[in-house]
Amino acid sequence: MKARSRRSLAILAGLSALGLATALVLNAFRSNLVFFFSPSQIAAKEAPLERGFRLGGLVEEGSVRRSGQDLTVNFVVTDLAQKVPVVYTGLLPDLFREGKGVVAQGRLGHDGIFRADQVLAKHDENYMPPEAAEALEKARHGQMQGAAP
Amino acid sequence: MIPEFGHFALILALAMALVQSAAGFARGRHAAAWIALAQPAARAQCLLVAIAFGALVHAFVQNDFSVLYVAQHSNSMLPTVYRVTAVWGGHEGSILLWVLILAGWTLAVSIFSQQQDDATVARVLGVMGLISCGFLLFTLLTSNPFARLLPAAADGQDLTPLLQDPGMVIHPPMLYMGYVGFVVAFAFAVAALIDGRLDASWARWSRPWTTVAWCFLTCGIALGSFWAYYELGWGGWWFWDPVENASLMPWLAGTALMHSLAVTEKRGAFRNWTALLAIVAFALSLLGTFLVRSGVLSSVHAFASDPKRGVFILAFLALVVGGSLALFAWRAPKVGRGAGFDPVSRESMLLANNLLLLVACAAVMLGTLYPLIIDALGLGKLSVGPPYFEAVFVPIMAPALFLMGVGPLARWRRAGLGDLARRLRWALGVSALSAVIAPLALGRWTPLIGFGLMLATWIASTCLVNLASRIRAHPAPGWRARFAAQSGSYYGMLVAHFGVAVFIVGATIVGGYAVERDVRMAPGDTLTLGAYVVRFDGVREQRGPNYVAARGTLDITRNGQPLTVLSPERRLYTASNTPMTETAIYRHFTRDLYVSLGEPLGPNAWSLRVYYKPFVGWIWGGCLLMALGGLLAVLDRRYRALRHTAAAPRPVPLPGDDSIALGLPAVKAARR
Repeated sequence: MKARSRRSLAILAGLSALGLATALVLNAFRSNLVFFFSPSQIAAKEAPLERGFRLGGLVEEGSVRRSGQDLTVNFVVTDLAQKVPVVYTGLLPDLFREGKGVVAQGRLGHDGIFRADQVLAKHDENYMPPEAAEALEKARHGQMQGAAP
Repeated sequence: MIPEFGHFALILALAMALVQSAAGFARGRHAAAWIALAQPAARAQCLLVAIAFGALVHAFVQNDFSVLYVAQHSNSMLPTVYRVTAVWGGHEGSILLWVLILAGWTLAVSIFSQQQDDATVARVLGVMGLISCGFLLFTLLTSNPFARLLPAAADGQDLTPLLQDPGMVIHPPMLYMGYVGFVVAFAFAVAALIDGRLDASWARWSRPWTTVAWCFLTCGIALGSFWAYYELGWGGWWFWDPVENASLMPWLAGTALMHSLAVTEKRGAFRNWTALLAIVAFALSLLGTFLVRSGVLSSVHAFASDPKRGVFILAFLALVVGGSLALFAWRAPKVGRGAGFDPVSRESMLLANNLLLLVACAAVMLGTLYPLIIDALGLGKLSVGPPYFEAVFVPIMAPALFLMGVGPLARWRRAGLGDLARRLRWALGVSALSAVIAPLALGRWTPLIGFGLMLATWIASTCLVNLASRIRAHPAPGWRARFAAQSGSYYGMLVAHFGVAVFIVGATIVGGYAVERDVRMAPGDTLTLGAYVVRFDGVREQRGPNYVAARGTLDITRNGQPLTVLSPERRLYTASNTPMTETAIYRHFTRDLYVSLGEPLGPNAWSLRVYYKPFVGWIWGGCLLMALGGLLAVLDRRYRALRHTAAAPRPVPLPGDDSIALGLPAVKAARR
């Protein structure tokens, strides 16, 4: 009897530890999901203002402007339908180029400027980040539908 | 002609793998004849795959751009070393390497299992043969590396510059050795389940294979992390990238398996659990292969590929995992429970650690797969940030690391809490003290740094307590004899656990005290980082074999004394027109100075990353110690003795046996 109660106590302790771990995991999980929005979605006010997210599309040709003093850089991300101005301070990835796909992570300000704290571009000349590719695809689709009727 | 020869060899290898599988599952009148075929078929399969791999290497070295895969991943300007490693620089070659390594493990099982009866070996080889069939079919149907390109390309598209690096020469083979190595434990478990013989002898034979695979996986992950650190140019050592997670998950499950096997062998307990872990570890390896090879991931490793491949691997994964779990569900209830144990005992602590490792693994899996599932369901695009993994991984692993200190000192079956507390009191004191003092000595105290250093000290000091009590208790006269009397697997356990402590020190200190500065510098500009002054002396142009580079010069002084000159480069690989940064690192036992060149800003100025990374090398040093510990365990002299005395009676687990060796069979009991 004594051994059995000890065993059930151990099982109980194990289960409660597991429950605690699950709660911990799910809580951390919920607060760290980073959603993805395209310039068209931002223009449609679908993106949150108070929460960080990822923005993807193409770096617009001729839009990259560097500050003369520090590492701040301004550029425009477009899905060929809508545009979002982005400001970022730091080193850009090797494959960041005008006209190429890019994904930026950061927050959207009330002024409509996206403040990126991370800029990702992929290590392959022809490779498009899937998020950016999808944003372009969606925007093209939307334009065609808009033009049809 | 040679590529066709390689292709043909692959087809023959598939035929041999089929024979090998059939031999393993043969029943009835001709079973004996089939069983006798298993080993020759396995060896022939290995030889044929090696021939195919050799043919592909030959095509790369000879710059045969009439082979599509070679044209896509090599270039006539590529140095010869990288032409060989370019073989696994893309999808098709990576899969062929996978198949080759699987064939290598098969050959090893056939060679090193001579003492086991032929039927068992045939069964194990049969299971491995089924896996070989799957991957050979995958190669031949969806990823043929020998496909021709007609007309031949004048020159190749070059190997991705990221992969033109010594680290990449050994990282994938190491990692695959680990991934694929878990197939042996899996095959042993499935064979034992089929035969209904989930006994101590099964655990004894599975252990060295699991440990060796785990060592390779540990080294492979460490190399990948080290490579990312110096090659990607961001100065991080772990990014919680899906591909990294794909290798971490089997590692966690494999670590649990290795420890669980020890209990099964020594105490006969956890048999079902161990079999399940063997299945899970290999399933996670397959999952990792699926994640990396199907192109479902948006990461630096994702190769653009067609969906047929993803569907094939996914179906294969479902078949293998579903099949083996169904077998488990059918067979496991018939397996005995083994020896009982108390809530406070070495068994219970190992079980708790097993559970924690699996919970950590599940948490990593959730964060890795959730975005893919949401995407596949068309519910939108999202990603799970590194903060999630950090927030989850650290609290789950912390109790596991604490138990890691206690477990090896606890007795099997029943341990006294009071006795444990008494034996561990000074280790506890030292750890608490280090939590307070060490961070202050390093500069700044934060709870996380204190906690990390406390855990590291705890693990290291409990290792010492363990060793001291072993040495004291040994009856042999003289210290040297007492040290020599301890087994290799015992030392292996200590070294591996000590490696974990070293790793934690590195991860904690670099996380707490690293200084990262992204700056704009013109020639003559200086930057002060603590005791270091970095002066930028401008950039010169330089030519490499297949690239042109802008090479920066940075003069570093420490406390006014000249220390070193660092030359980071920004290369442009001409064939693919791809830019790449080459970092320059000043390495020291307790710190790294890390610089990488960004891009030109105006006529003279450049953007630069200048990082100070204290103790970062300890991260990989700790991993090497872990792998070394595994190696020591496998090289245990008792194992060699066992191999040479094949006819020795089967060892009986001794109730009082206090060793928790992670390596080979303890025949101590039988010898006494």
